[in-house]
Amino acid sequence: MNPFKLAWTYFRIGVLNELQYRVNFFIQLLQSAIAVATGLIGLSLVFGQVDNLAGWTRSELLAVMGVHILMGGVIRSAIQPNMERLMNDVLNGTLDFALTKPADAQTLVSVREFRFWQLTDVLVGLVILIVAVIQIQSKMGGLQIVAFIAALIMGAIMLYCVWLMVTSIAFWVIRVNEIVNLFEGLYAAGRWPVSIYPDWLRTGMTFLVPVAFAVTVPVEAITNRLTAESMLLAFGLTILFLLLARGVWLLGLRSYSGASA
Amino acid sequence: MRRYIDYYLTSMKVAILSQIQYRVANYFYMIGMITEPVIYLVVWSTIAEQQGGSVGGYTPGTFAAYYIVWTLVRNMNIVFTPFGWEWRIREGMLSAELLRPMHPIHSDIANFAGWKFVVILLWLPLAVFLTWVFKPTFDFSWLEAVVFFIAIWGAYLIRTMLLSLLGMLTFWTTRVSAIFELYFGLELILSGRLVPMTLMPPWVQNLSNHLPFKWTFYFPIEALVGSMTPPELWTGVGMQMLWIVIGASLLNLVWRVAIRQFSAVGG
Repeated sequence: MNPFKLAWTYFRIGVLNELQYRVNFFIQLLQSAIAVATGLIGLSLVFGQVDNLAGWTRSELLAVMGVHILMGGVIRSAIQPNMERLMNDVLNGTLDFALTKPADAQTLVSVREFRFWQLTDVLVGLVILIVAVIQIQSKMGGLQIVAFIAALIMGAIMLYCVWLMVTSIAFWVIRVNEIVNLFEGLYAAGRWPVSIYPDWLRTGMTFLVPVAFAVTVPVEAITNRLTAESMLLAFGLTILFLLLARGVWLLGLRSYSGASA
Repeated sequence: MRRYIDYYLTSMKVAILSQIQYRVANYFYMIGMITEPVIYLVVWSTIAEQQGGSVGGYTPGTFAAYYIVWTLVRNMNIVFTPFGWEWRIREGMLSAELLRPMHPIHSDIANFAGWKFVVILLWLPLAVFLTWVFKPTFDFSWLEAVVFFIAIWGAYLIRTMLLSLLGMLTFWTTRVSAIFELYFGLELILSGRLVPMTLMPPWVQNLSNHLPFKWTFYFPIEALVGSMTPPELWTGVGMQMLWIVIGASLLNLVWRVAIRQFSAVGG
């Protein structure tokens, strides 16, 4: 079974389902607008006092905000819904239905859900990012754009891996909803460049919940801050996270005992 | 009256006993919550240091004190959510509540009030940790401590009234999530949750004086970490009372109209 074909099929079903509820797009847009407005108010409060924050200008922080919203949209449309369904499946014993299918179980549980309207945030984030990039007026060549997209994709993969590992804990402790809350809290910290945080928090945001790689590194790519080393580190960590997530998933699956599904 | 007191005490006891069983879950929830003030604290301490030590009268030390007390006030401000009201009304669960001989708001207040005792207990180690990491400058009198203790419960009641009112919008429309988000956005800016109100532009501060939000966040925190005079402290408590009374009256009024709208499906 080709995993990409599988993902594409589920993606189409998800989109068709959501297209039935078109008003939700406007509600989602309104909610994104509120989030953007509070973010902008926060930025203007900061820059009412100073003209740079630890070396980051206002436009650069706007770019950070754009990527943060964009990545948040990716999480909420493609990653989080799948993981929440997995959590419930483990809790209720209904994971049996996924495990008995002939496709690879990890692929299957990772692509079953897709919330199309949450992509609104991807769009909104992209618009903010473009505005920021125009303001920055940095010389953006093809190389920067490629590095930006590569960093973005690697960041998304790492976030997916962390989600899968955290969700896999459910195989042992059953109830993990509160851990999701913890993840959301740490992700919110990515609204600002990780370099402003104290060491212990920055370490957590780099290796525990890789918000640093998901948000700060892509922005570094378009603000000429990115070094080849951090790009290589991101690549190495992506591979490591993928292997780790696979390992934790397989280990967890062994202690799964279906309920009376 | 006796009946109510009995009911409250018993419900609170039950809430304490059941929540203490979920202490690990409660802890994850609280740890997730402290990242928000830590973010604000780091950002504003950075600004204060860049400005040569203080911004708007706040130093990194007083910011630390503000946002550490913030964590307790935030926990006190957790009440039955409007999303809970939405669920309760949409799913018809309210029907069962209506059969009871008292207003459902009493069980909400009593249950969450009981939970607060568990929350405060669990909060103490977190406060010690944050104090050790961020080194706040603390300086409060006995009076400030007493007013703070009253004010956190005042904040709890005000927010209960406001969020219940908000949740009761579901009686008229089921598309409420965007309205809730708008409310939370306004509250974030106007309550002192984002930054101390004195860092806001004057017109925002002025606006917040006429609204209930700042009495749920800024006032309790400032009562403890700021330097308010005794008359200011007691005026603040008075303002809280005023908003509780306004909130309760509105709730009563809206409830009477709303309940005629309610037609349960299932439940």
